[in-house]
Amino acid sequence: MEIKIKRSHDEELQSYNVELEGVTLLSILNYIKTKIDPTLTYSHGCRSGVCGSCAVRVNGKEHLMCEYKPSDGDTVEPLRYATVIRDLVVDSARIERFNHAANAWSEGSREGNVSEEEIQRIQTQSDCILCAACTSACPVYAVNPDFIAPFALTRVWRYVSDPREKSSDVKMAAIQTNGIWDCTLCGECVPVCPQGIAPAQDIRMLRTKSGIMGYQDPNMAGMFGGGLDFGAPIF
Amino acid sequence: MAKVLIIGGGGAGLVSALSAHAAGAEVIVVSKTLPTRSQTSMAQGGINAVLGGEDTIEKHIDDTLRASAGLGDEKRIAFMCENGPDAVRWCNTMGLPFSRDGEGEIARRRLGGASAPRACYAQDYTGLKLLHTLYDQCLKAGIAFVNERFLLNLIVDDASNRVLGATFLDIAKGDVEEVRADAVILATGGYGALYGKHSTNSVGSSGDGIAAAIRAGAKLADLEFVQFHPTALKNSSILISESARGAGGYLLNGNKERFTDELAARDVVARAIHDEIASGGAVYLDIRHLGEEFITHELPQERKLAQIYEGIDPVHNLIPIKPAAHYSMGGIEVNEQCMSSVNGLFAVGECANHKTHGANRLGGNSLLELVVFGRHCGKNAAEYGVTHTAPLLENPQVAKDTNFIRGVMYFTNQIDFYQKQEMLANIFYNNVGLVREDMGLKAVLGAIRQMQKELPFMGPRDKSKICNTNLVEFIEFGNKIELAEIIVVCAISRVESRGAHYRIDAPARNDRMFGAHTITWREDGVLCADFLQ
Repeated sequence: MEIKIKRSHDEELQSYNVELEGVTLLSILNYIKTKIDPTLTYSHGCRSGVCGSCAVRVNGKEHLMCEYKPSDGDTVEPLRYATVIRDLVVDSARIERFNHAANAWSEGSREGNVSEEEIQRIQTQSDCILCAACTSACPVYAVNPDFIAPFALTRVWRYVSDPREKSSDVKMAAIQTNGIWDCTLCGECVPVCPQGIAPAQDIRMLRTKSGIMGYQDPNMAGMFGGGLDFGAPIF
Repeated sequence: MAKVLIIGGGGAGLVSALSAHAAGAEVIVVSKTLPTRSQTSMAQGGINAVLGGEDTIEKHIDDTLRASAGLGDEKRIAFMCENGPDAVRWCNTMGLPFSRDGEGEIARRRLGGASAPRACYAQDYTGLKLLHTLYDQCLKAGIAFVNERFLLNLIVDDASNRVLGATFLDIAKGDVEEVRADAVILATGGYGALYGKHSTNSVGSSGDGIAAAIRAGAKLADLEFVQFHPTALKNSSILISESARGAGGYLLNGNKERFTDELAARDVVARAIHDEIASGGAVYLDIRHLGEEFITHELPQERKLAQIYEGIDPVHNLIPIKPAAHYSMGGIEVNEQCMSSVNGLFAVGECANHKTHGANRLGGNSLLELVVFGRHCGKNAAEYGVTHTAPLLENPQVAKDTNFIRGVMYFTNQIDFYQKQEMLANIFYNNVGLVREDMGLKAVLGAIRQMQKELPFMGPRDKSKICNTNLVEFIEFGNKIELAEIIVVCAISRVESRGAHYRIDAPARNDRMFGAHTITWREDGVLCADFLQ
């Protein structure tokens, strides 16, 4: 099988031929590094889809190397919109940066009983492994490098929907700028999430919740000379 | 304000960070990867706590003590178990999304060796969700994270036997830097990756912190005790949680018959499986009778892992399994304050030996240990830092390590260390694995000593300064060999069988001669070992 990999030191893709079948892309890279080319550089850890280290782009689409089974001729490149440190290793500062900007944490979680149905509401969102595949797939970064990433917005939705969460106000305020209203709702983040999370859907929910809390889409509010203001809905 | 340096950003490191921060210290967490990529993310089963019902703390203590086969310290086990309920409560107040039972209480499942269901869990992603919840709380607290820095050595003032900080390789830039602090906490995890493809662990579990500790003068305890998890996927050694058995899963031999008590302690089950496989059969985990709805709901990760890595759907098929190296009971010897034999050097979690698991760990007690001892250690380190401000002393460690990083590029590359690493993993799994005996152990010791001599003929073939993972892997290999020698020396010395350490040439437990911990340390670089109470 021929695998082509984008290396830092060359404009051309580097081609490797390996006689392996039915194994993951990570296994192939490990084979290349330990038996053919020790300079090939990439991140990996758990090899079982839970540590979030090995997300890359294959033929332009984001995958975890440890879950993806490659085909002959596949092209492997690093994730987008992050500085490439070397080969397939990219700068990961955005993970901390965007979670911090979004206040993606619990302000305090109430004790006491919670039904399984209520906890299940946040089950998928709390499966996030912070692989940043969603961030690489997101076209908003082509125009706004400060966009609070899909993973951070999913995390905020996860916390504000948690039945035990004491306080949502600060989080909801934090995501109004460079956050939920900057998302184009294109849904590119959805098919690339290895855990089956749909950040675009979580962002839609956050928009609805924001509306109920009295926030508006600033893109709409500014139109028509500022006259398009329906006010907050009153129930 | 005391400065506390925490090396390792997994569960133990992050709990210690929150605790040290709450005690008023300036905290810096340095990790060779990112905190959320740590080994803790792979834990599946649960975190033990007695939350009422038929269960009692006495039973939890008894179960843990019994599994520890004489090497568990009852006082420390009691401390851990008594603090279990509060630990789980703390996790809940941080937002850990525990699964719930019919009454809305935190659900609990029964794991191996437990007399009652007491493992609190979040589907079979308990470790992942604990780690991420902790990380989120650390961001809230403003804890400083310095990532992708590989630990080289601890900086120690020999005259006062006091740690001053540590040196690191900045992986991205290739420079060597030092971080000084008033107290240092090692939270660097275990050494399962020594067993390579025969381990459930992440590739990062190379025991770097434990190796650095013994080089710095700290004592280690019971390194020969390695836990083999009974159920790892046959082809990949990827972990299939004990929860599958806790939920009623069966272990079947080649004739599709059950052959052992699935929920005995791990060492017993692992050896039973090993014996079946050795006598020519295969072993399978059967969870088909649990039903698709239960599996999707409670064991989603198991199903996904079996499908991707073994190509079978456990709802309809048997899962082929084998035991794999999983947890390191051995580690840095610490006192009740979690401090090692080097002043100011604390250790917590899998890299430490808290004398709670002894010769064999119970499922669910590892995550419990992280939280209970992490909170304890963080507070102690912060208090130590306040009353023992580190002196500003010149120390040659950073110069030595800068020279090492420069010099290692000139190792001759005549021998391929990746090949040696694979060989090490295989000879360890076969001879220092579930079943050990004198000749095999001594042969392995010879091979390790040969590898140590050959190190200058190995070295990284990638000579890049920038982001050189070949270099990092070579240094990890060096740490693995250092620990490998110690493990084998201890295994040879302990001529008995106890818990996870089973000698086919000494199958009985011998408390009179070996009812003690195997303590190892270095004097002038020479490895010393002794049995001490």
